[in-house]
Amino acid sequence: MVKNIINRIYLFIIFVFLYAPIAVLIVFSFNDSKSRARWSGFTLKWYEGLLRSPDIKKALYYTIIIAILSSVISTVIGTIAAIGIHNMKKWKKGLVMNLTYLPILNPDIVTGISLMILFIFIRLKLGFFSMLLAHITFNIPYVILSVMPKLKQLNKHLYEAALDLGATPTYAFFKVILPEIMPGIITGALLAFTLSLDDFVISFFNTSSGVTNLSITIYSMARKGVNPTINALSTLMFLTVLILLFIVNKRTSKDTH
Amino acid sequence: MKKKWLSYPYILWMGIFVVVPLILVFFFSITTSSDGTLVFSLEHYRRFMEPLYLKVLLKSISLAGVSTIICLILGYPVALILAGRQMNKKSFLLFLFVLPMWMNFLLRTYAWMTLLEKNGFINTILSLFGLGPFQLLYNDAAVILGMVYNFLPFMVLPIYSVLRKIDHSIIEAAEDLGANQIIIFKKIIFPLSLPGVFSGISMVFMPAVTTFVISRLLGGGQYMLIGNLIERQFLLAGDWNFGSAISIVMMIIILISMGVTSKYDKEHEGGGLW
Amino acid sequence: MAKNIIELVDISKTYDSTEVLKGINLYIKKNEFLTLLGPSGCGKTTTLRIIGGFEFPTRGKIIFEGKNINSLPPYKRKVNTVFQKYALFSHMNVEENIAFGLKIKKVNEKTIQEKIHKILKLVNLEGYEKRSIDSLSGGQQQRIAIARALVNEPDVLLLDEPLGALDLKLRQDMQVELKRMQKQLGITFIYVTHDQEEALTMSDTIVVMKDGIIQQIGTPEDIYNEPKNAFVADFIGESNIISGIMKQDCLVEFSKTAFQCVDKGFALNQPVDVVIRPEDIEVSSNEQGMLSGIVQSTTFKGVHYEMIIKTDSFEWMVHSTAMYPPKSAVGINIAPHNIHIMKKVVNQ
Repeated sequence: MVKNIINRIYLFIIFVFLYAPIAVLIVFSFNDSKSRARWSGFTLKWYEGLLRSPDIKKALYYTIIIAILSSVISTVIGTIAAIGIHNMKKWKKGLVMNLTYLPILNPDIVTGISLMILFIFIRLKLGFFSMLLAHITFNIPYVILSVMPKLKQLNKHLYEAALDLGATPTYAFFKVILPEIMPGIITGALLAFTLSLDDFVISFFNTSSGVTNLSITIYSMARKGVNPTINALSTLMFLTVLILLFIVNKRTSKDTH
Repeated sequence: MKKKWLSYPYILWMGIFVVVPLILVFFFSITTSSDGTLVFSLEHYRRFMEPLYLKVLLKSISLAGVSTIICLILGYPVALILAGRQMNKKSFLLFLFVLPMWMNFLLRTYAWMTLLEKNGFINTILSLFGLGPFQLLYNDAAVILGMVYNFLPFMVLPIYSVLRKIDHSIIEAAEDLGANQIIIFKKIIFPLSLPGVFSGISMVFMPAVTTFVISRLLGGGQYMLIGNLIERQFLLAGDWNFGSAISIVMMIIILISMGVTSKYDKEHEGGGLW
Repeated sequence: MAKNIIELVDISKTYDSTEVLKGINLYIKKNEFLTLLGPSGCGKTTTLRIIGGFEFPTRGKIIFEGKNINSLPPYKRKVNTVFQKYALFSHMNVEENIAFGLKIKKVNEKTIQEKIHKILKLVNLEGYEKRSIDSLSGGQQQRIAIARALVNEPDVLLLDEPLGALDLKLRQDMQVELKRMQKQLGITFIYVTHDQEEALTMSDTIVVMKDGIIQQIGTPEDIYNEPKNAFVADFIGESNIISGIMKQDCLVEFSKTAFQCVDKGFALNQPVDVVIRPEDIEVSSNEQGMLSGIVQSTTFKGVHYEMIIKTDSFEWMVHSTAMYPPKSAVGINIAPHNIHIMKKVVNQ
């Protein structure tokens, strides 16, 4: 019993530690002064500034576009790749999987820098296209890692059964295999989307001042010092994440039956 | 069988966008072009061995190490408690725990900026008691705090996932044989949780030692960890060769730490993110 | 010629430098129930898969109704397969699974519905059209897998150990069902199993295989009563196999005793394997049998008692309705027609 109370208190302290900074951010986003400590009254002016700022709007636009494009493209390439890898002989499969783990295990600063060097080397101007290519590159491995387990679980006779019943390989793929691995594909796509939305380091090195994303904008603002507009942005992003995660959580607890 | 050629576009992509860049980095690190011609040289690595830069390396490793240890000490009990609770509360608590992780990394770091600065929240509260103001920002402690705050969940989740998989009947068998809670923890739970511990250690240490955002925002413009050093070489000093050499050194550190932890986690059963 | 629907001519298959099939020659008659029987790794499933088109032979020819179909892909063969773990499409319901092959052939909707109805009746699952696959029991899934294959009216149905996952009673019921279906539809069934009882129950013809080679082909009675070699004798039913010497035609010596038997044509004093079924051994309490021994163990098996009886040179397995407790001294008699002689098997 005592142990239970100690446990609860400890967890509570940890949760306070985790949420206090976020809570303070949110509270002071409504503060009618630049102070991050003294309360001067309720206001929505920081939110207004946020919604009117062209920089923020541009950053948001690029962030979302890149996230959508890179997650779609990397999901397609990754799913096809996973199927190909699944059918490889053991040693080849191991080699390709090591290659796949490389961008995941590499520190993102090294990935970011190495891509930047590549782009400059082949004389590709840093901007939208380079950022997109970079995002696709770090996203594909995560898609592969999400789809592979589903492929492994697949009854290997399903494809043969479809062929046996008269389906051509293409028909069998779209009507039988794809629906079975779809959960893995969706997980991979969502993972890619999230990683892309949140990316800072790799984007930072692979874009120019014309094209930016939300994380880079926050970084430049934060470097200049504290700014309540960032607080407002934090609150909005926190709410978005909360809602999204809530929906996903409801979905997965429905599925796990 | 069929269709292994489907992976060839992917392999090509990875070759171009992952392997070639790394080769370029390596190439830059071992050459120099003083008078327009390319010459093989290890001078950049030698330069890194200077005390100035070695200090930076040491600082990065020690700060990351301290943060990892703190994460372990704080995080292991969390994993233990979360793994021990009954059903529906558990998934909700886990959800609450994971939620901050999904907040933007920069915002989480920025949050501590506002808390720790001279006129920030903490100093204001302390001044109500007549204390301070303290210089809480722009020092080692702030950076460590930032690392722990950002990476704590990465320590907790692998340990939690391994603890969850422990078959409860093992614990019952131990109780049946006369073991009390302390012995059960020491001899059964902790040893079985080790793969998760090692996974957690590498998932905290690696991003901690390579960060440059946390050190820049919480350590200040002049604060140098190895990540900041690399950034500076590429974006400010324009010295790609030196920057590449440092990057290679960083990669080697990562490889070594991965090698060490995977020795203890042979079957990769350390419960990753999935 | 029209009698044989399939011919396998000198089929060999090599995987990663292991020869899994070594020159299989087999013809399969129309409308027969043929079983490929053997232990794991004997090549029976590989043979089936080659017929189905999922593997290609390294050497040899497959002739289907007179035509060579070596390079024909599975979706063009008039053959359907029932897979070991059913391979049902879990994202489709029962009728969608069954209709899968028909839809590909562009059969019209009304006909599809009729055929589904008829086939579900055949497998005793009428009314199950809209059920999801997950809601079915193992036995029901098995029958849907069979229905899905049969609805396409193939000339030949291939079955790869379809009853392995079912419990004993269900398996025995399904064996009878499958035999009934085969007779009713009048199509050729090629069945793979390692269970010799199953093979004996259902087949018109049994092909016993070991290590990629056909050991014997025959009717169940032939295989059981006249096994060609010690492997077949040991694999089918239980046997006692003891080394002996042919003294002359119809006389064999083993356990230092001469026995009358019915086989002839062996050389003088030729070493042979002697095979005697446990149920063919008569036990009596007096010690005046042809052999005498002590009972080592007695187990009640329901249908009979199984006793291990040790004579000086051999431990005999005996099935008898009479019971003799362990340590009793008994006599053993074997009638001449129950002694099967076969040449000693040289390792291949």
